[in-house]
Amino acid sequence: MSSLELRGITVRYGRFTAVDNVDLLVPEGTVTGLVGGSGSGKSTLGKAVVGLAPMQSGRVLVAGSDAGRRRGRSPVQLVFQNPYASLDPRMTIGASVAEALPREAASCETPARKAPARERRSACDAEVARYLELVGIDPARAVLAPDALSGGQRQRVALARALAARPAVLIADEITSALDVSVQGAVLNLLRRLQRELGFAMLFISHNLAVVRYLSDQVAVMDDGHLVECGPTERVLERPEHPTTRNLISCVPTLALAEEAS
Amino acid sequence: MPHQDQDTSLRHRLGRTLRTPIGVTALTACLLVVLVAVFGPVLLGDQAARIDTDAINRGSSAAHLLGTDQLGRDIAARVVVATRLTLRLTLLAAVIGVGGGLLLGVAPAVVGRRLGRLITATVGVLVAFPGLLFLLFLATIFGVGSTGAVFAVGLAMVPPMARLVQNLTASIAGSDYVAAARILGVGRFKLVVRHLLPNIAEPSVLFATQAAGGILVAFSGLSFLGLGVQPPEYDWGRLLNEQLNRIYVNPVAALAPGAAVVLTGLMFGLVGEVLAQAGGRRAPQAREATPQQVKPQDETAPDGDGGALVRARDLRVTFPGGRRAVRGISLSIGVGEAVGLVGESGSGKSLTALALADLVPHPGRVCAGTLRFDGHDLRADPRLGTELAMVFQDPMASLNPALRVGRQLAEVAEVHLGATRAQATARAVDRLGAVRIPLPERRARQRPHEYSGGMRQRAVIAMGLMGEPKLIVADEPTTALDVAVQQQVLDLLAEVRADSGAALLLISHDLAVVAQVCERVLVMYGGLIVEDLPVAQLVGGAAHPYTRALVGAVPTMATDPGTELATIPGRPPEPGEAGAGCPFAPRCERARKRCHDDAPELAGFGPGQRVACWYPVDAETAVAPAQAASHGAEATS
Ligand SMILES: Nc1ncnc2c1ncn2[C@@H]1O[C@H](COP(=O)(O)OP(=O)(O)OP(=O)(O)O)[C@@H](O)[C@H]1O
Ligand code: SF4
Ligand SMILES: [Mg+2]
Repeated sequence: MSSLELRGITVRYGRFTAVDNVDLLVPEGTVTGLVGGSGSGKSTLGKAVVGLAPMQSGRVLVAGSDAGRRRGRSPVQLVFQNPYASLDPRMTIGASVAEALPREAASCETPARKAPARERRSACDAEVARYLELVGIDPARAVLAPDALSGGQRQRVALARALAARPAVLIADEITSALDVSVQGAVLNLLRRLQRELGFAMLFISHNLAVVRYLSDQVAVMDDGHLVECGPTERVLERPEHPTTRNLISCVPTLALAEEAS
Repeated sequence: MPHQDQDTSLRHRLGRTLRTPIGVTALTACLLVVLVAVFGPVLLGDQAARIDTDAINRGSSAAHLLGTDQLGRDIAARVVVATRLTLRLTLLAAVIGVGGGLLLGVAPAVVGRRLGRLITATVGVLVAFPGLLFLLFLATIFGVGSTGAVFAVGLAMVPPMARLVQNLTASIAGSDYVAAARILGVGRFKLVVRHLLPNIAEPSVLFATQAAGGILVAFSGLSFLGLGVQPPEYDWGRLLNEQLNRIYVNPVAALAPGAAVVLTGLMFGLVGEVLAQAGGRRAPQAREATPQQVKPQDETAPDGDGGALVRARDLRVTFPGGRRAVRGISLSIGVGEAVGLVGESGSGKSLTALALADLVPHPGRVCAGTLRFDGHDLRADPRLGTELAMVFQDPMASLNPALRVGRQLAEVAEVHLGATRAQATARAVDRLGAVRIPLPERRARQRPHEYSGGMRQRAVIAMGLMGEPKLIVADEPTTALDVAVQQQVLDLLAEVRADSGAALLLISHDLAVVAQVCERVLVMYGGLIVEDLPVAQLVGGAAHPYTRALVGAVPTMATDPGTELATIPGRPPEPGEAGAGCPFAPRCERARKRCHDDAPELAGFGPGQRVACWYPVDAETAVAPAQAASHGAEATS
């Protein structure tokens, strides 16, 4: 029940058009990979969906209804690209994750009736610990500030925060580019499993075609603010129609080179 | 041990700053003023109020230290007693100023766009209005009397405070973490309290303290002019007013309240200074115990390099609190060799690279048995800039946004190579051409923001090529770039190496990137090198279970999307928690008792291959990498 539909999205910064009239449907319960060169407008599109970029025109429909001017927790959550900027340096990582927990689940914020504060606190801590463990961070580190973590560790916390909000639609903006392959595998497995279990639609922005290929049902390719190609993953990667897509595919570095050399 | 990470916390730094002479002075002054304000009126209140018609307008004497006023009251006692009122009014005005400033400063970030703009514009106009005029204007509006004066002085402080807070807030409000909080539906009030205020607190408090000194002076000024405190109440400004016409008769009586104003104003300044030192991380560092120094016996092997360009033995990087991030590694890089360094986040890759360049950040300490570069001891003679070039993930961190790219490159040659300006400029253009930047003459005159991401990374590489680097250390140089540009930068690194014969240490979490560029791969785990192997062995020939798992975890264009990706169960060890055995043991499915008891050393395995493992996987008995890590026990479950 949570498809994401973008209709005629245009984003302009001054006179520069970053995203030009993009239509895209992420059907409910599926993953759409969004690829493209740097500056092609992938991230801007993702930001526009959650209302962080000035949308000139266009509509964002979540499960068929306008998500544009909704207040409160957005049904669309975004995981940011840069782990160094996406966590509040003055907050412990545990507090950052706790902020995302839905109130009804582990009411860290609003006092649930009859639940004593201590119990609520520990229920909340347990939820935070669960999400941290989920992304491979030692829950004992929940009391640390982000600057005690390496880049990859921070990105995992940011992911834990987005997942803790139980989103209807998740936008993942280059989230694996700062992750280790081992963690990347775990995160991708996790994302895929949660996505299938909870059935949220996902827009997965990445420049790693192998990862996009692994995760996505559909691939969309952007170039210079335009959506130049969109179709089922297999078709797009095996029989690319647009030169941009072909160029992207030819640039993927592979471990196979090492194989050939041996 | 988490609490050790708070070593540099504000409280800690504040404590340290308070122990410096300036800190002690500020603290003493504060205590003194507070004591006088609290006890002055209690002890000397009667004396200050006692009218003595026999002793009118006396000069200084034993009974009346500063003499007496028109009604024969003791001036010294009155100066002391006035402290409380002066301070109270000053602080009240400061509270109004700071509160109003914070309110107006933070508001534009949380109210609607149009209202926000209106507030910003209004504050802009008010800031432009001359301060003194504004103050007198307000004082006239509010009328004479202490309440009016408090509002006048307080409100006069609002515009500059609001302007400062607006600027600070704007940058915080634009950050990703505030955006994340917005998407999470965090309300405006919580947004301000949780994310905005804590992040602007340090500079705001600093500004407020220093402004409090100004308020004191301004307030005393108003009282002096008769616009502030009205008789029978009195503050320092009033006392000054009463005694000024007798300054030639009894100078100390007029000077004392003035001196009180100046000294207390200075005190506010000092407090601000202390806070600035603590907040701005300018705090003088308490000397920590000197690290165990280099074992000297290693220095006696001058020819131990054996053809290697870089040779490190027992290299360690430690942080306070027993966090051992790099735990004694040995590595060598041959002349012109391309070596890849892979490993999980936090395994110590970057710190290893930084140690080679002598760039390990502050509380970190580097020790090594041997640390030699091209026959020189690196610790005595750092080579960064001339023979050692560094390329980081974020090229903007290495470029000055305000300077033209050509100038920045030229500076390297001027500083490190002693080239003349003309030579250096010519070389900069030449090097920009060498990294395939089109129209290098024109591009050299541009600033970094006019370059694209890929071009900036090229410019940083060009900067490394200003000297004659024998080693280029590249830490995740392409992570921030898209595939097409990544390909160009990798090709460029290969070309540069071919042209200049420089060696390359390429750090990446992407095995494919390393496989494409390097000849040899070092695999790091938990601060140790666990395997050293030729790149051809990476697929199929890796002996360490960790390397195997790592290779199996990479999705490729051929991975079956129907299967789960291989993962490594558990998580890497933290730098603080190194046990006795093999660091990989808790996650290794080949682990036996010996693995938990003793740590394996890096030992020869095959030709050109070394591995630190008691039970290495050999090619014949090798299980398929995908099986090396069990799917059921993955970290996510
Ligand atoms: N200033 C510091 N204070 C305390 N610990 C630190 C500091 N800098 C780094 N560390 C710790 O040292 C370990 C190694 O850090 P390093 O940056 O070398 O990792 P890395 O392998 O480069 O990881 P990544 O792939 O995430 O960049 C990490 O556990 C990190 O938390
Ligand atoms: S020494 Fe033991 S625990 Fe460590 S990697 Fe080898 S087999 Fe695994
Ligand atoms: Mg690093």
